[in-house]
Amino acid sequence: MDLTLYVWRQEGPDAKGKLEQYEAKNVSPDSSFLEMMDIVNEDLITSGIDPIELDNDCREGICGTCGCVINGIPHGPQKETTTCQLHMRQFNDGDSITIEPWRAKAFPVVKDLVVNRSALDNIIQSGGYTSAYTGEQIGEANNTLISKPVADYSMDAAACIGCGACVAACPNGSAMLFTSAKIAQLAVLPQGEIEAAERVGEMTEAMLNAGFGNCTNHYECEAACPKGISVKFIAKTNREYIKALAK
Amino acid sequence: MILDGKCPTGPIEKSWDKYRFEMKLVNPSNKRKYKILMVGTGLAGGAGAATLGELGYNVEAFCYQDSARRAHSIAAQGGINAAKNYHNDGDSVYRLFYDTIKGGDFRAREADVWRLSQVSNNIIDQCVAQGVPFAREYSGLLANRSFGGAQVSRTFYARGQTGQQLLLGAYQALSRQVKAGTVKLHPRTEMVDLVVVDGVAKGITIRNLVTGEITSHWGDAVILATGGYVNVFYLSTNAMGCSVTAAWKACEKGAFMANPCYTQIHPTCIPQHGDQQSKLTLMSESLRNDGRCWVPKKAEDCEKPVTEIPEEDRDYYLERKYPSFGNLAPRDIASRAAKEQCDDGRGVGPGKRGVYLDYQTAIDRVGENTIKERYGNLFDMYEKITDENAYKQPMRIYPAPHYSMGGLWVDYNCMSNVPGLFVLGEANFSVHGANRLGASALMQGLSDGYFVIPYTVGNYLAGVKPGEVTEEHAEFKRSREEVESRIDKLKNIKGDRSVASFHRALGKIMWEDVGMARSKESLTDALKAIPKLRDEFWQNVKVTGAKDTRNGQIEDAGRVADFFEFAQVLAADALHREESCGGHFRVEHQTEDGEATRDDENFCYVAAWEYKGVGKAPELHKEPLKFENIKLAVRSYK
Repeated sequence: MDLTLYVWRQEGPDAKGKLEQYEAKNVSPDSSFLEMMDIVNEDLITSGIDPIELDNDCREGICGTCGCVINGIPHGPQKETTTCQLHMRQFNDGDSITIEPWRAKAFPVVKDLVVNRSALDNIIQSGGYTSAYTGEQIGEANNTLISKPVADYSMDAAACIGCGACVAACPNGSAMLFTSAKIAQLAVLPQGEIEAAERVGEMTEAMLNAGFGNCTNHYECEAACPKGISVKFIAKTNREYIKALAK
Repeated sequence: MILDGKCPTGPIEKSWDKYRFEMKLVNPSNKRKYKILMVGTGLAGGAGAATLGELGYNVEAFCYQDSARRAHSIAAQGGINAAKNYHNDGDSVYRLFYDTIKGGDFRAREADVWRLSQVSNNIIDQCVAQGVPFAREYSGLLANRSFGGAQVSRTFYARGQTGQQLLLGAYQALSRQVKAGTVKLHPRTEMVDLVVVDGVAKGITIRNLVTGEITSHWGDAVILATGGYVNVFYLSTNAMGCSVTAAWKACEKGAFMANPCYTQIHPTCIPQHGDQQSKLTLMSESLRNDGRCWVPKKAEDCEKPVTEIPEEDRDYYLERKYPSFGNLAPRDIASRAAKEQCDDGRGVGPGKRGVYLDYQTAIDRVGENTIKERYGNLFDMYEKITDENAYKQPMRIYPAPHYSMGGLWVDYNCMSNVPGLFVLGEANFSVHGANRLGASALMQGLSDGYFVIPYTVGNYLAGVKPGEVTEEHAEFKRSREEVESRIDKLKNIKGDRSVASFHRALGKIMWEDVGMARSKESLTDALKAIPKLRDEFWQNVKVTGAKDTRNGQIEDAGRVADFFEFAQVLAADALHREESCGGHFRVEHQTEDGEATRDDENFCYVAAWEYKGVGKAPELHKEPLKFENIKLAVRSYK
C-alpha cells in the first residue's frame, strides 16, 4: 500500500506546530499502524530529517502509552482498538491519513505526537487506591466474599489503560471517564467502600484542579475508549458524589 | 572465584522465618534518613518502592515510561500462582516449591524458591486488600485455573489481564506513598550509569528523556527492577523500550551477569507476518488449557484448508509425546516441540513457521460462550492482528523470545556482588533456574517487591551511615562526563545505517545462532559475527537530531550498543554450558528422541560472568548448587 500522511510536527511545548506531508510507500496491509510509522521514520532518518516522535511501548494494546488522533478520531477508525493494535488493512491503498496528538488543556504537547499526561497520575495520587499497607497478616483473601457480578463490574471498570483517549475525544477535555472508572472499581468492593466518600471528593477535585473540563454527557469518551469502558461508571460516580455530600 | 549465595542452613521449612528474625532492623525514626533509589516501576519495583515508602524510607523511583503504571509487567495475561490449595487438589507450599525447582530444570537455589513459594499466599491476600478484581466463582470465592508445568489448579487471574491488574494495584499503593511524601517519582528518565564509590553502589546517573539533561542521584542503596533482556533477539514479546541497559551498566561497574543463556522462548505467540514486523505478540499460555496443538501428519497437507484435513491425518504432537501433561507441557518443551514439527516441514501459515492451536474439541464440549468467557479478549486480539476468527478456524502460533531467567547475580538477600546494589524481579537470576513456569513471573516480582526487599534492604542499611556519599562526590561528576561523551561519540559517527537496522541484524544472529537450538558451531559463528557487527555499528551508525530534547534515536542507540556487549556474554555462556537444560538447548546434548540431556556432574552451578572490557573474554565465576530437599532427577513430563 502507498499512503499520504499529514503529521503534526511541533518542536516543543511552546513552539508553534504544523502539519507536514510525508509519503509511506510499500506498506504491508498486515503491518500495524506503528510499523507503518517505523517505515516512514526510517525514510526520514535516511534523508536527514528528524523522525516523528511518538509514544509507544508494549504494542499489544495494554500499556496505554500510544495514542494519536487519526483522521480526527482518537486511536483511529477501528472500534475498541488502540493505535498500536490498529492494522493497515483498515485503510485503502492511496488513502490520505491525518495524524495529530491528543489535544486537551491538561495534556501539553511535549514534541510532535507526544503529550504530557502526568495530570492523570495526579488524579490517582489524590485518592485512587485503598489504604492497604503491605503486611503478611492483612487477612486471608477468601474471608472477604465478593459476588461474581460485583467482581465483574469492578473488573469492567478496572480495564482502563489510562491512555487519555477519553480526554482527547471530549469536547470539554474532561477526564471524567478515566476518573470514574477508578472510583467505581473501588466503590463497589468491600475493600474500597470504606473510603469511597473521601475518594470521590478528592479525585473529582484533583481532576478539576489539573485543568480537565467537566462532563456534559456527550459520551464521546465511551465511543473513543479502546477498552470499551462504559459511561455507566460516570453515573455511578455522580451517585457516589451525592451519597458523599449527604454524609 | 567461588560465589556464596548466603543461603540459610537448617530445615528448609523454617529457613526464611529464621533468617528474617536474625536480620537487623532500622529504627523507625532513622528510616527517613536513608535514601533508597528504585529503578523501574513494574511489579517488583512498584511493589518495592511502595512498601519501602510505607516503612518510612525516603524513596526515589525512576522509570523510562511516562507513568509508573506502564511497565511491561502490565502485559502479563494469564495469572499468578499461589499455594492456597483452595481446591483440595493436593497443593501445598512444598508442592509449589517442588514444581518450581523441577520446572527450572534443577538450576535454581532451593532456599530462594522455598521463600517464593512460602510468600506466594501472602501476595494474593495483599492484592485482594488493594482491590485487585480477581476472577470469582458464583459463591464469591476466588477462582483458579490450571497452567503449564503443574498438575494442580493454583493460578489466580483477572480475565486475561492479570499483570495489568496486579501492576495497577502496586501503582496505586505507590501513588498513595507519593501523596504521603515518602516516594518521589521520576518518570521519563533512563538510568545510564551506576555510580560506585569505593566498591559500594551509591547512586545512579540518568538521562531525562524529555530535555536530554544528564543528572546524578545519590542513594544509600540502589535497587534495580529493570526487567529482562530478550529484546537482544530484536523480535520478542517485550515492550519496545525494554533493554539490558540498566543491568549492563551495573556489569560495567563490576556486577556479575548470571546464567544469561537461560532465555525463555514462549510457545503461544502469533507468528510473524513479514519483514516489517516490529515485535511479536504473546497470547497467554492459559490458552493451552483448552486448545490442542497439532500439525498435519503429511507435509503435503500443510497448504490445505483445515476442514480438508481429516482427524486421522492430524498429529496432536504434544499429546502424543507427553501423554500425562499433554498440551500443558512446560514452555521450553512445548516450544521445542513446535520447532521440531516445523523443521520437519509440517509447519503451517506464512513460511511454514507455525502450528495450529485448535479449540474445536473444547467448543464442542463446553460451548462457544464458555470459551468466550475464558479467553474472549485473547481471541479478539488474535483477530485484530491476523484478521482470522479463532472460533471458526484454529489459531496459528509459533514460539517467540519472551522472558529471561538469567540476570544479575544476587545472593539470598537479592543483593548483587556489588554491595549496596540490589536486583529484583526478572532483572535478577534467582528463582526460575533454566526455565520459568507459567504464572510464576508475577509471583516473583511481587514476592521480591512486597515481601523480600523490605527486610533485606533494612538488614543492609542497618550497617550503613545515612547520606555518607552525596552528589558532591567526584565519582558522580566523572559518571556524568562519561555519559555525555558517549552520547557525543554516538552522534558524531554520522554514518549511513539507522540504529534499528543494526538492532534487526543483531537480532537475526541471535535468533538463528543463539536461539531455540544452539550448537558449538552456531555459537562460535555468533561470537565472530557479533563483534564484527558491533565494530560496524561504532563506525557507521547514524543518529540524527539534537541531544537536548526528546530524541528516540539517542535512547535506542545507547540500548543497542549495550545489547552488543551483552550478546557476547550470552553467547559465551551458551557455548560454555555443555549440557541442555530448560531454555538452553544444545543440539549436541539430547537423547535419541530429542529430549534435553542435563549434566549434573559438571554443570550443576550458577555461571556468573564478570565483564572485562570491550573485546575481552568475560571471566567465569561459579556458585555451586546444592539440592538437599529435592533429589536431582531427570525432568520428565511424559
